[in-house]
Amino acid sequence: MPDHTPNSPHPALSLDTVALGYGEFTVLQDITMTVQPGQVVAIMGGSGSGKTTLLRAATGQLQPQRGQVHAFGTDLSQVDHAGLQALRKRMGVLFQQGALFTDLNVFENVAFPLREHTRLPEAEIVARVLDKLDAVGLRAAAHLRVAEISGGMSRRVALARAVVLEPELILYDEPFAGLDPISMGITARLIRDLSDRLHCASVLITHDVQESFAIADQVYLVGQGRLVCAGSPQSLTESQDPYVKQFLRGEPDGPVAFQYPDTPAFQAWLAKQAKASNAAAGSAVSRENAGKSDAARPPQGGQKS
Amino acid sequence: MSGLIQAISALGHWVRDSISGIGGFTRFVSSLVARSGIALSRPRLVSQQVHFIGNYSLLIIVVSGLFVGFVLGLQGYYTLNRYGSEEALGLLVALSLVRELGPVVTALLFAGRAGTSLTAEIGLMKAGEQLAAMEVMAVDPMRRVLVPRLWGGIIAMPVLAAVFSMVGILGGWVVGVLLIGVDAGAFWSQMQNGVDVWNDVANGVLKSVVFGVTVTLVALYEGWFARATPEGVARATTRTVVVGSLAVLGLDFLLTALMFGN
Repeated sequence: MPDHTPNSPHPALSLDTVALGYGEFTVLQDITMTVQPGQVVAIMGGSGSGKTTLLRAATGQLQPQRGQVHAFGTDLSQVDHAGLQALRKRMGVLFQQGALFTDLNVFENVAFPLREHTRLPEAEIVARVLDKLDAVGLRAAAHLRVAEISGGMSRRVALARAVVLEPELILYDEPFAGLDPISMGITARLIRDLSDRLHCASVLITHDVQESFAIADQVYLVGQGRLVCAGSPQSLTESQDPYVKQFLRGEPDGPVAFQYPDTPAFQAWLAKQAKASNAAAGSAVSRENAGKSDAARPPQGGQKS
Repeated sequence: MSGLIQAISALGHWVRDSISGIGGFTRFVSSLVARSGIALSRPRLVSQQVHFIGNYSLLIIVVSGLFVGFVLGLQGYYTLNRYGSEEALGLLVALSLVRELGPVVTALLFAGRAGTSLTAEIGLMKAGEQLAAMEVMAVDPMRRVLVPRLWGGIIAMPVLAAVFSMVGILGGWVVGVLLIGVDAGAFWSQMQNGVDVWNDVANGVLKSVVFGVTVTLVALYEGWFARATPEGVARATTRTVVVGSLAVLGLDFLLTALMFGN
């Protein structure tokens, strides 16, 4: 029987030999990880390594091809729609692009989860929203429209919205992307503080090594379709694994190939392109030959002069 | 032989796509109806949409209604004058507007103004992950975003059609009575005697409700299923105008045959 009470003995999130993908294409396989309440876990990997796919699985937006995803002890593949909604109310998600509602202003964006899921009086909503906006440094931007704020500010508003219900599990998709160094440092500290204060589990999907290593308890490194390495930031820093070394030091040479892997689909496309080029070249040659033979022939109209 | 097979295959593909499209649209409508409780539990969401859809369409509706009324006044006078029946101008203008032009022209303008706006808004919300964000916040985007817009459109459309007809009648009066000199008493009294509240006005209102439902549903459907790219949203917006307008004209013929036939 799944436990829905806060501070439950279950991990906030656990993945057990999970394979994830779209259709028949598998992005990640054999992923096993656990996130405990109060822990800050960073899931790192290069661009296109499937980090966001992992986040979609954690929120029940994507069903695993194999294995099980548990949130608060409940198997997400076994839960019905109402059960999934109940679990999602205990989660907060920061989207990669912020995903702010463009028809609402900054204040209403942050107030949105409170208005939808609570019956708090207006004064309480105002107080809570301004408190969260204050934490991300945007209290005085509450009245602005989403179109009037910068990309970095949007992400900070989205962060305030993700934490306004003080959830038990917060999933951050690239929380540091597009932030200036000051905002980045403040955001990292905010994530750590929230986790400590609310005893909530935090999962950071990121490739920012410095900031995430400063606040994470546990780091999972994904790449080449699997979990490459897991451990504390310290142990990863000391790791001699060539993939880990290349990723952490940003080296161009190593097990991670710079080039996108060759696929049968690409070869088929290339063959089609070559065929089209040959056909075009063939028709150009025949036109040229036809032109030459036309030139050899005397003009049809004859010369009247 | 292969050409024949291709033609049969294309026909089969078209038939299958059409049936699947009708099924998809029916499921979409059923889902919206099933979630419509929010319109009663949170009427403010609907009133915001009535304001957004209705108020922003008001200017184009008033200006169009006025000019349609002017033209009806002129054309009606030229025709009726031949038979010495120019006193019936008020009746002609009112019946044309209340029965036909009010609901139809308003619906066509509604598809172009409010319909495209709804499709683009929903499509861009999808492209910007706003609908996905709502879903992971345990908020049903269909219930929270689409249902208030549907009911906003259904309420706004008959009101806009009524405004169009009213302004059109005033336009006909300006041209017929003030400029041409048709007797004002005859203009209004013939209208009062000849326009039946149930047969003409109520049927016109019913038409505008049907058109409001149709255009709003088409706009929401196109936005909801738009591909989340700039090109996808652009195509969906165009389809809203084309499908919405054709549906209005087709339904108008059907409703006219049912309502005003002997």
